[in-house]
Amino acid sequence: MELLTAVAAIGGLTFLLASLLIVANRRLYVEEDLRIDVVEEMLPHANCGACGYPGCRPFAEAVVAGLVPPGKCSVSNAEGHRAIADYLGIAVGEQVKIVARLACAGGSNVARQRAHYSGSASCVAAAQVAGGGKACFWGCLGHGDCERVCDFDAIRMDSHDLPVVDTTKCTACGDCVEICPKDLFSLHPENHRLWVACKNQEEGDGVLAACEVACTACGRCAMDAPGGLIVMRDNLPVVDYSRPHATAEPIQRCPTGAIVWLDAQAGVVKGAASKKILRHGALPDAPT
Amino acid sequence: MFSLRRQHPSFAHGIHPPEAKDDTKDLPIKQFPFAPVMIVPLQQHIGKPALAVVREGQEVERGQLIAAPDGFVSVAMHAPASGVIQRIGLAPAINGKMGPAIYIKPFAGSSQEVAEGTPCDLDAASADEILLAIQGAGIVGLGGAAFPTHVKLKVPEDRTIDTLVINGVECEPYLTTDHRVMVEQPQDIFTGIRYLLKVTGAPRAIIGVEANKAEVAAALRDAVPADLPVSVAVVAVKYPQGAEKMLIRALLGREVPSGGLPSDVDVVTVNVATTAEIGRLLPHGRGIQERVITIGGPAIRKKGNYRIPIGTPLRFALEYAGMEENLSRVFLGGPMMGQALPSLDIPITKGTSGFTAFTTAQTSAPGEYPCIHCAYCVDACPLFLNPSQLGLLAKSGQYERMADEFHLLDCFECGSCSYVCPAHIPLVQRFRAAKTVVRKRRAAAS
Repeated sequence: MELLTAVAAIGGLTFLLASLLIVANRRLYVEEDLRIDVVEEMLPHANCGACGYPGCRPFAEAVVAGLVPPGKCSVSNAEGHRAIADYLGIAVGEQVKIVARLACAGGSNVARQRAHYSGSASCVAAAQVAGGGKACFWGCLGHGDCERVCDFDAIRMDSHDLPVVDTTKCTACGDCVEICPKDLFSLHPENHRLWVACKNQEEGDGVLAACEVACTACGRCAMDAPGGLIVMRDNLPVVDYSRPHATAEPIQRCPTGAIVWLDAQAGVVKGAASKKILRHGALPDAPT
Repeated sequence: MFSLRRQHPSFAHGIHPPEAKDDTKDLPIKQFPFAPVMIVPLQQHIGKPALAVVREGQEVERGQLIAAPDGFVSVAMHAPASGVIQRIGLAPAINGKMGPAIYIKPFAGSSQEVAEGTPCDLDAASADEILLAIQGAGIVGLGGAAFPTHVKLKVPEDRTIDTLVINGVECEPYLTTDHRVMVEQPQDIFTGIRYLLKVTGAPRAIIGVEANKAEVAAALRDAVPADLPVSVAVVAVKYPQGAEKMLIRALLGREVPSGGLPSDVDVVTVNVATTAEIGRLLPHGRGIQERVITIGGPAIRKKGNYRIPIGTPLRFALEYAGMEENLSRVFLGGPMMGQALPSLDIPITKGTSGFTAFTTAQTSAPGEYPCIHCAYCVDACPLFLNPSQLGLLAKSGQYERMADEFHLLDCFECGSCSYVCPAHIPLVQRFRAAKTVVRKRRAAAS
């Protein structure tokens, strides 16, 4: 008898809970597009947020919903974009490669230090100590916070302690933009090849005492540029990328090489008139 | 935390660094000479930079208004010397950026009389008129933070201030400016307190003085005018006793809440030198164009307390005071909360309470070792934070967690944790860096 009671109680309970589960499954079912999982699998799983969505899953949802073309993922390559577009039967969308660009060329071979910084080896920390040891107030401190923060190994400090962006690896996630205490990084489409690699707002040749490749605000690039492409603002040339800018003409007369042409093959190209820098070793410290 | 030895009130935790005040505390304040060129930055305070109201080539009189406040959180600037405006351009600032500044070349043969303005009459002026006068006089917190005083004195409407605390603690080693001001300008302090009591509506004021200046406190106590509700309280010698939260804790036993202001516990605190300047300038309608600083430290030859024109380049001041051969590092402020300077080309500003110079022997830093969780820093932190945990999080870049779970933004960077750390971990520097990143992120998010 006791045995029967036990079996009946457990059996009854099982039946009750099972029917509850069945009801819950019916009533609370969430309709989800199964393609989201597939698209998410095709994405690179970087979760970098460069697309503007919090991660790869929300981006996949947006792609499936048709809110954004797959080409917007800056980490994936053309092949990956194509695969997603073919799977969903939609257009790839514009695939403008965006990369991080550094607005400083002051490596240790051309830019002086005004003080020896011996604290915590980080740019953000060094910038707290009255701006760090660099003689130029705007220049790269060279402690490599950007190199450490980059999840894609796209930034490498060169032999002059200046970060170099590997554009093939850069996904424009913006982590380097955020961490740099001097705000030297910004995100640009790769076809922005006319580039001002300086942020020094001082005027005149006096700036050359701090850095040999600084902009002296001579204004020649602005004069040589076709119709308003470059204007001088705060003693620096500012390129208006909304105008046609595929011309290397403005860099030719730059005396220091502060404005450069970032060639797809040849890399950084300086103007014909710019002073040649042959030095490899570090410059001595600026007099204090 | 009961102790039979404790005679004076204080706060819990804190440290006891060498005070190092004996060299300069008995030296009277001396007038500093004029530099060949003065550099007056338009931003010497927290808030918006002032707007220049002079042109290049214009001649100005000492004490004349040269820049007007731009908005409420901004103060005026006055000419530190009679001379000609050489140019208005960029000048290096202490925050490591270039900012706009007015360059003044003083006239060599001028008598350097200070221009008189419209006096602010204590009895006739209303509280708001006094606030305007304080802003117009360009007064900021002279203890070092350079926060505009009139903003600090603007009490929220829902609060009633019951105590005005005058901060004469000066716990930073080597600095003796507040000490000398209390010895030499007691009447200015009392006049300043009259203005401050009227502005804040507080019925009484307490001057807090550290026990190493007990004789100054006694002299002040004797000098208090009979009609002024001012008491002088001596607090224990401990760092950072001069932080306003610590002083309020010691004097009144009240705790300013996390992220709050002294007005949340019905208190306003004002630095004693700021109070003295209010008392010295407002009755004459003058603006602040010089301040008292201590030039000290082992690498200085002529140590002393000086009344120095604002805008004097640091290099000129150091050369006047004389440097030892083996000088290796100059701090703006004292060694605990001051900043090591990468360049001597910055000017003395309103927030400069002094500078200290050290030789190689004192500044050679031993290397950093891993944290051994000894918790010395936990016992030192006056705000009861956990610097050890914060330091580990900072090292691994978990800045958001530091702010959200471990109250990073409450830290006021007194340096007690770094001071006691046996592993020589630069804790405060890491916290500063973390705070910068967190603030940047939050600003970008909002």
